[in-house]
Amino acid sequence: MSTFRSIVFASVISGFIAGLLVTVVQQFGTVPLILKAEVFEKAAETHRHDAALAVQPAATGHDHAGHEHGAGDHDHGAGAWEPRDGFERNAYTAAANVLTAIGFALLLAGFFAVRSGTTGASVPWHEGLLWGLAGFAVFTLAPGLGLPPELPGVPSAPLLSRQIWWLAAVLATSGGLALIAFRRTVPAAISGVILLTLPHLIGAPELANIETNVPSSLTHQFVTAVTVTSLVFWTLLGGLTSTVFARFDRSAEQRA
Amino acid sequence: MSQSQLADAQATTQVTLPVAAGQVGRLSQALMAMVLGVFVVGMVGFSHIDVVHNAAHDVRHSNAFPCH
Repeated sequence: MSTFRSIVFASVISGFIAGLLVTVVQQFGTVPLILKAEVFEKAAETHRHDAALAVQPAATGHDHAGHEHGAGDHDHGAGAWEPRDGFERNAYTAAANVLTAIGFALLLAGFFAVRSGTTGASVPWHEGLLWGLAGFAVFTLAPGLGLPPELPGVPSAPLLSRQIWWLAAVLATSGGLALIAFRRTVPAAISGVILLTLPHLIGAPELANIETNVPSSLTHQFVTAVTVTSLVFWTLLGGLTSTVFARFDRSAEQRA
Repeated sequence: MSQSQLADAQATTQVTLPVAAGQVGRLSQALMAMVLGVFVVGMVGFSHIDVVHNAAHDVRHSNAFPCH
């Protein structure tokens, strides 16, 4: 199991570093915007909640969470545990960032292992950086075209339908890029480009009309912040994971 | 086939088999790690469990994962 161990060790180390660094970047970029948007969201929520209570006074005796679910599109903190604002919330954000980074690093290092297994040489850091850019295209750019990064308090189509489209966009984009990069024939390139465009021709699920009191300038800032943060994250993760994995893999080979 | 040739043949099979197994092993080990990675990202970013959603809320928004 030496390859598996090398992949996991490399992913945990690079994921930990990239996850913590991206948490710091988010504190200046995305998180302040999320907090600002939540002020608008909470204002709208209390308004909606008061209206619901006025219409159905009998509903007060019922389970709060169930009531919220029935009322609308939102499960924000109603009844369920959520971290307290400040340190606790940021600690969970850091942990979730580290886990996400480790997960994506496992994917990257898995590719590096297959790649170095076929070519016989380990993936150098600048190639790892390119893999990171591919990850940025697959996991941020492509799904973001149809489903732009969203602030809390902005209503959107049902969650499951968006998650399915997101996954489809990710699969189609990665497949398309792989066809173009690794097949290197004209028919493969054409089908690759078709695969890249297909999810956008089908179109992401969206609401007919969106009413929100979150200012559009805030949304625009958020889209930029998310995209740039993600670019930094992916290039960092690609470079780090390839470097660390190459080191672990070489030492694993020497021991074998 | 002489005794030594037989021994040679056995030696080669004994040498080649682990190498082949090692190559197959590398691919399946890489796949296993990737499945693990997908599981971790899926749990943090896509789980519908309220508590997981609330803990990873800001990360989901910051990664542009579909949220709410």
